[in-house]
Amino acid sequence: MELKALVFYVFAALTLVSATMVITVRNAVRAVLSLVLTFFCAAVLWLLTEAEFLSIALVLVYVGAVMVLFLFVVMMLDVDYAAVKQGFTRYLPLGVIAAMLVFFGIWGMVREGSFSLGAPAAAGAGGVDGDTPNIEVLGRLLYTDYFYAFELAAVILLVALIAAVALTFRGTRMRKVQDVGRQVNVSKEERLRIVKVEPVRKHPTPSGDKA
Amino acid sequence: MITLEHYLVVSSALFAISIAGIILNRKNVITLLMCVELLLLAVNTNFIAFSRHLGDATGQIFVFFILTVAAAEAAIGLAILVVLFRNRGTIDVEELDELKG
Repeated sequence: MELKALVFYVFAALTLVSATMVITVRNAVRAVLSLVLTFFCAAVLWLLTEAEFLSIALVLVYVGAVMVLFLFVVMMLDVDYAAVKQGFTRYLPLGVIAAMLVFFGIWGMVREGSFSLGAPAAAGAGGVDGDTPNIEVLGRLLYTDYFYAFELAAVILLVALIAAVALTFRGTRMRKVQDVGRQVNVSKEERLRIVKVEPVRKHPTPSGDKA
Repeated sequence: MITLEHYLVVSSALFAISIAGIILNRKNVITLLMCVELLLLAVNTNFIAFSRHLGDATGQIFVFFILTVAAAEAAIGLAILVVLFRNRGTIDVEELDELKG
């Protein structure tokens, strides 16, 4: 149990530090890499609550896909980051005040203990117990109660895919595209031109009979 | 013993950090998108902590759907960002005033 607490504290601290680095670091590539670290540490925190499937999904989906997308976009855009960071110090007091307000607002609510009125639920109350694997619990719920929402999520992903391609697609310029219809409909007259050429008679030179 | 409150404090701190990030990085849409991802991460951590605390897996189902929608949002947001940079040559939020809103 003590080891668990130690792991929690270390990774919670690491999460917060790397999240702070995301918003303060000047270089955008470093910000993205800090965000990757944040997601890794958060995945460890989720693993501690025995939400194994979501923890692995966070690493695979976020670190593996979304963050790589971010990295590609950051490296693709040639942004002047020195100019981008200009208003940073001007808004710093406002940002710190807002963050403090949000944090202490939530913290005050948590400290009152309004959420810990009930003791932790009895094991197995809503399908979460020590014996059934996490993925089995989730799978059962997902394919029965939430099946409609599951299919809607798939449709959302499809729409996002099509929208992302449609937004960034720039037409077929710069490419040598075959137009199959024109290729099939081509006639002999378009391609073949018969030119009447007068035969050229070479005068044999005295020394030129090389072949 | 790690209780629910530990998780709530961590996720509220994460939430506060990303709120500060949204206020600080007004000139960079990429960082704004990253801050939105951090906000969603904080909310997801809350959901998972409560799911464990209440012994109800429905919270994890919620997180699953939030992850799905967030992935779609990131894809479309970055596509819009690329088109924006291609057309305007800047990703400064304050220069995006063509709509005169």
